[in-house]
Amino acid sequence: MAKLPKPDELVKSIDYTPPEKPWMETKPEFIPGTYGYGVKAKNLKILGFPNQRDFYPSDEDWQLPENWKEIFLEGMEDRLNRFRSFRLFMDICVRCGACADKCHYFIGGGDPKNMPVLRAELLRSIYRRYFTASGKILGKVAGARDLTYDVFKELWYYLYQCSECRRCSVFCPYGIDTCEITMMGRELMNLLGCNVNWAGEPVANCYRTGNHLGIEPQGIKSIFEFLRDELEDITGVHVDLPFNQKGADVLFIVPSGSYFADPGTYTMEGEFLLLHYLKEKYGFTYTFSTYASEGGNFGLFTSNEAMKRLNAKMYAEAKRLGVKWILGGECGHMWRVIHQYMATMNGPADFLEVPRNPITGTVFEHAKETKMVHICEFTADLIRHGKLPLDKSRNDHWVVTYHDSCNPSRGMGFFEEPRYVIKSVCNNFYEMPENTIREKTFCCGSGAGLGSDENIITRMRGGLPRANAVKYVHEKYGVNILACICAIDRASFPPLFEYWVPEVDCCGIHELVGNALVLPDEERGVRKRKTDLRGNPLKGFEDEEGTEE
Amino acid sequence: MYDGGKILTGLILGVVLLTFPFWYNLGRAAKMPEPELTAKAKQAKYCVEPKSYMKAYHMDLLNKWRDEVVRGGSRIYVGFKAKEYDMSLQNTCLKCHENKKKFCDECHNFADVKPYCWECHLEPKEAKGEK
Amino acid sequence: MSFNFSFYFALFTVVGLIAVVLIGVGAHLQFLFGVVIPYLAVLIFFVGLLYRVVKWARSPVPFRIPTTCGQQKSLPWIKYNKLESPFTNFWAAVRVALEVLCFRSLFRNTKVVLTKGGPKLSYFSDKWLWLGAIVFHYSFLVVLLRHLRFFTQPVPSFVQLLEKVDGFFEIGVPGLFVSGVVLFVAVTYLLLRRITIPQLRYISLPADYFPLFTIMAIAFTGILMRYFFKVDIVAVKKLTLSLVTFHPEVPEGIGGLFYVHIFLVSVLFAYFPFSKLMHMAGVFLSPTRNLPNNSRAARHINPWNPVVKVHTYEEYEDEFREKMKAAGIPVEKE
Repeated sequence: MAKLPKPDELVKSIDYTPPEKPWMETKPEFIPGTYGYGVKAKNLKILGFPNQRDFYPSDEDWQLPENWKEIFLEGMEDRLNRFRSFRLFMDICVRCGACADKCHYFIGGGDPKNMPVLRAELLRSIYRRYFTASGKILGKVAGARDLTYDVFKELWYYLYQCSECRRCSVFCPYGIDTCEITMMGRELMNLLGCNVNWAGEPVANCYRTGNHLGIEPQGIKSIFEFLRDELEDITGVHVDLPFNQKGADVLFIVPSGSYFADPGTYTMEGEFLLLHYLKEKYGFTYTFSTYASEGGNFGLFTSNEAMKRLNAKMYAEAKRLGVKWILGGECGHMWRVIHQYMATMNGPADFLEVPRNPITGTVFEHAKETKMVHICEFTADLIRHGKLPLDKSRNDHWVVTYHDSCNPSRGMGFFEEPRYVIKSVCNNFYEMPENTIREKTFCCGSGAGLGSDENIITRMRGGLPRANAVKYVHEKYGVNILACICAIDRASFPPLFEYWVPEVDCCGIHELVGNALVLPDEERGVRKRKTDLRGNPLKGFEDEEGTEE
Repeated sequence: MYDGGKILTGLILGVVLLTFPFWYNLGRAAKMPEPELTAKAKQAKYCVEPKSYMKAYHMDLLNKWRDEVVRGGSRIYVGFKAKEYDMSLQNTCLKCHENKKKFCDECHNFADVKPYCWECHLEPKEAKGEK
Repeated sequence: MSFNFSFYFALFTVVGLIAVVLIGVGAHLQFLFGVVIPYLAVLIFFVGLLYRVVKWARSPVPFRIPTTCGQQKSLPWIKYNKLESPFTNFWAAVRVALEVLCFRSLFRNTKVVLTKGGPKLSYFSDKWLWLGAIVFHYSFLVVLLRHLRFFTQPVPSFVQLLEKVDGFFEIGVPGLFVSGVVLFVAVTYLLLRRITIPQLRYISLPADYFPLFTIMAIAFTGILMRYFFKVDIVAVKKLTLSLVTFHPEVPEGIGGLFYVHIFLVSVLFAYFPFSKLMHMAGVFLSPTRNLPNNSRAARHINPWNPVVKVHTYEEYEDEFREKMKAAGIPVEKE
């Protein structure tokens, strides 16, 4: 396992000045802690992906097929012909350098090949060599280089140090999106069986069991019931958890991160409370699914094909269960897929209805094609119409800031809905500095399949810009929790904050909603909530012995 | 999605704009400048300086003359073949080239040049009234 | 590729080109440099430009992937950002137009500063690149448009107006055109930042220096010709006008400087379609900028949308039926 240096040592090692040696002549060092483990043969087998063998990036020999170069170049040509974005972005970069210091991995690491422009040039140099006249004739002078084994490995190393967050594309005068280039590069890697296991395994799991973690249906049910019991201890409410029920109003799909581990589970509990409340009060019906038990889609980090194969389950299950529309939980990349890919890939979903909130009557016109609504949109609409009794003071022990997750921000434009919800359920809310939020938000450093333990150094480096902004509001306003709408965030922030700013916690928005939501018994004064969903005493109940009655 | 129609429209628009000089001149027979020498000028055989110099640099020369007369106070210029001239637009240049319209303007108009000589100097009589 | 190689290769190429034309003019190849090469260059430019754009156009846009830099259109009471997250084609077009005309994305540029004690990361607005870029492009445009006086007869009034504005200061004879000097200064700035900013220096290729040197040389020879080593401008216009009216002729007595100028311009034109300069056309096609953010409201069609192998519910239930039944989860087949 990688040795993670102390924070101050890590900071000391950051140097933005590139080395003397030209970039085409340097090779990456596969230092433990800076890359994820390679994909396992069993996962490639489940998906029927090529070159099925256990892949070890640290090995000299990657066990590529003999004609790997041909496969790579043919794959590249195929993608150049299928994606205008790819061909265009290979052609029009002027290397103005505007993107250079926009990547969190560069900011926290200083490796020049993590400058978006150079990351793209790694692939562009190959493009020039094999697909442009000038590169074929002039070679190196035209910035072209041969595709060698070393070049291939280098490309792999840096494709898996990009979290596809799209921050660089905000600043690019031509909108060149490194995410798009990384996606193409990773597709090529997957043609040769060179995924990271942290993406490859979730994809294989999700394909077979319906969720990234490979939890079987009975397991999901028991996890949910465990959470329900915890929730019952705190609120006294026994939440209804219908699975694979036909004819409900909505199918609710959450990322598996929401039911797998803290602090995502608190978000899940908050969502349970909300749905239960709506059912009791307004007769709103919902169902979960074990088959479509994953909102996230690591196919996005693997290939378009993988993405489509996993995403297909959502519509298929909605159709089978005969629901009216689909409600989606808090997850970042899940929403990039739903917002920008789902209808195109697996639509049209004409068996569903245009989403309409039966409680408020609001028709979600903006989702009339995809027929899927974000739970923050749904909750914001409920709050706006005064349908939820909320006690903000129950979140008074938190001083909250909000982290815009990459994908909902730059792939969806999702800024105001979550803020509206937070401000409706919390009294203490502070924004992080302007250049680190909204469309300029920073990645957690662990997105796009990079969140594995063995990749810890890259993650801590990449997370520095975000953590540093958190530290700023922590010191200035006493912020002690960061709310976000991304399951990868909720998995990666705890270790990241532990490393850079240990005083701050992380939560989902619906955890805060769950805290503030005044349940019927509480409204009637029959029962009083004394702790939050985590079991922490609420303000005013700090002295009470024990938390359960 | 290809958006071929939009791209084609854009291309046509772009090409039309970029080829402006080609189609703008279509059907217009551009009149080439033919500066006329007056009898007097013809008789003089040569100008203050050689013809090729005068073609390219006359504005420089006039500028220099103006500065020397107005600021330096000297009026004598030694020109081609060591001949001395009075540095004066009105009394030297226009003495020979009385025909501003047929001489000066002919090229100035062609090259789209608007000298500001005449903001101070009186235009030669032949040019007046015909404007 | 080392800085020295990139920089000097580009520099010597431009110097070499200048030497070629000077030798050529000495050898009385005026017709070649004044007529044949410019015609060829313009032909290559247009054919190349069309070829490249058509090549882009032939690759479809399979997904709707705008980079959203502002609030989406969702609930009616949430104000959405028409420009940064356009919902309609119209606003997407406005977004592209402003990108092209105002370089809005560059205007956002920030610079990161890391203070290691702390540590503290700060982000400062950094508009120098934007300023340099916009000044460069607009002065280049003005210079280009001004040159229409050599290619039109009579000269259109907008060109005359432009000359009037450009020569507003009435400095010297012939009057100073500000745009030319500004262009030279701007291109010099762009070159200097490429050389002095370490990261930029590290990523720069010969293809980055070459256009800068070429444009610099073009601006420089232009300035020399107008203010210092004058050429017979009437003869020049006779030549240029003869080119666009397709009656090429080469008048006597045009100085060598002019041929250097027009040759480098020709080189730039011919080089254009093969180079990064194609960003001029490419910026209009960028799918992260020119698409509306409405993919949940209107289905974007992918022409090659593949049929993929999915794990169906039936297969899933077949694998887990007994476990599901035991856990009380409803199944299709008992």
